[in-house]
Amino acid sequence: MKVVLVDAGGTNIGSVRYALQRLGTDAELTSDAARIRAASHVILPGVGAAAPGMRMLREAGLVDVLRELKQPVLGVCLGMQLLCDRSEESDTECLGVIPAMVRRFVDMPGLRVPHMGWNTLEVTTAHRLTAGLRQGDAAYFVHSFAVPTGDYTLAASEHGEAFSAVVASGNFMGMQFHPERSAGVGAQLLRNFLSL
Amino acid sequence: MLSRRIVPCLDVRDGQVVKGVRFRDHVVVGEIVELALRYRDEGADELVFYDITASPEGRRVDRDWVERVAREIDIPFCVAGGIRSVDDAREVLHAGADKISINSPALERPALVSEIADAFGVQCVVVGVDSLRDDDGEWRVRQYTGDPSRTKALRKGTLEWIEEVQALGAGEIVLNCMGTDGVRRGYDIEQLKAARAISHVPLVASGGAGTPMHFAEVFREADVDAALAASVFHTGDIGIPALKRELRTQGIEVRL
Repeated sequence: MKVVLVDAGGTNIGSVRYALQRLGTDAELTSDAARIRAASHVILPGVGAAAPGMRMLREAGLVDVLRELKQPVLGVCLGMQLLCDRSEESDTECLGVIPAMVRRFVDMPGLRVPHMGWNTLEVTTAHRLTAGLRQGDAAYFVHSFAVPTGDYTLAASEHGEAFSAVVASGNFMGMQFHPERSAGVGAQLLRNFLSL
Repeated sequence: MLSRRIVPCLDVRDGQVVKGVRFRDHVVVGEIVELALRYRDEGADELVFYDITASPEGRRVDRDWVERVAREIDIPFCVAGGIRSVDDAREVLHAGADKISINSPALERPALVSEIADAFGVQCVVVGVDSLRDDDGEWRVRQYTGDPSRTKALRKGTLEWIEEVQALGAGEIVLNCMGTDGVRRGYDIEQLKAARAISHVPLVASGGAGTPMHFAEVFREADVDAALAASVFHTGDIGIPALKRELRTQGIEVRL
């Protein structure tokens, strides 16, 4: 097994790397196309905004490299949003490997944005990625944009309206919350990803 | 359902966790990573580390312990203290902190809030506000509260400042009510309610927790997203598992 973390400038790269280390896996941090292609598992972490995230991937020449991967790929938080078709955040074209639009949380009285904190997950589709996840398990979210629910949704959460917490489309998967900061639940999900 | 967060606050001075009464007379209560792990095991939802000596002395947060904490714990944490530039914020975030909190430097130069939000997103920018009610009844902001000899009372109204920092890009507000801090008679519900009414980002209550009832009260009455406390947790007077069970019994959504 060879796990790589794609460096797209996300500030949570260190945290994801430490989380993998706690599971006994040393992940290499890289933006090198050959090393990414050769990996068994590819993780795209991300914290920040969609437009600079995509710009970094374009400048590193990684857009097509990532789109063409056949091994399991996991996007975390912004990384998951970058796997989608487009993001409303600065109207950004993303990687387009998960057929979804990323939308801002709608303005509602009393709804706090960013959505920040531990929210419960509702499993909607059985998948090896969410094995062992029980209804009502909580994960830690911090985000202002979200992916609506759809065929690709494995688990949903709710903040004003339902949105995708875990997604998968073929070998491309995503988690909107931070598994690296979601205690035992997050560790279980990362372990599941590594076992794919 | 989104849970209400219980957040132990670890005031850090010279690499150790300290606590003072009304922000004065600090005593050492423990080692950083050891306490962080204890709180994680007990079910804390998040941790905040304030390097209370950093801003007054123009020092930065010691990155060494930030990375040690990031390696060890699997819940989110926020670091405050001496973050004066985008570069300072980047170093702390890259060391593994999930959020940074700025307080005195934001008062010196409010544009710092926007600069950090533009660089890393609003979700990692917390603005800490130290507030005290003046004799005329107005809540006003205090600066450099880590060092009593340098603490400054500003003319800026607390609510006015809270509105300003949200417009600049704050993703969360921690309101430290200095009048109730450290004396364990309950959070400043009146002030927090006023802050809640004008906050569209998450609001964290700080200062005054003494009993589990105080937590129930601040969630129910001031509708805050999180409640921060230090001494009651450090001394063991309130255990987080028991506190959360009590809140759940009272119908308040918490992560068990």
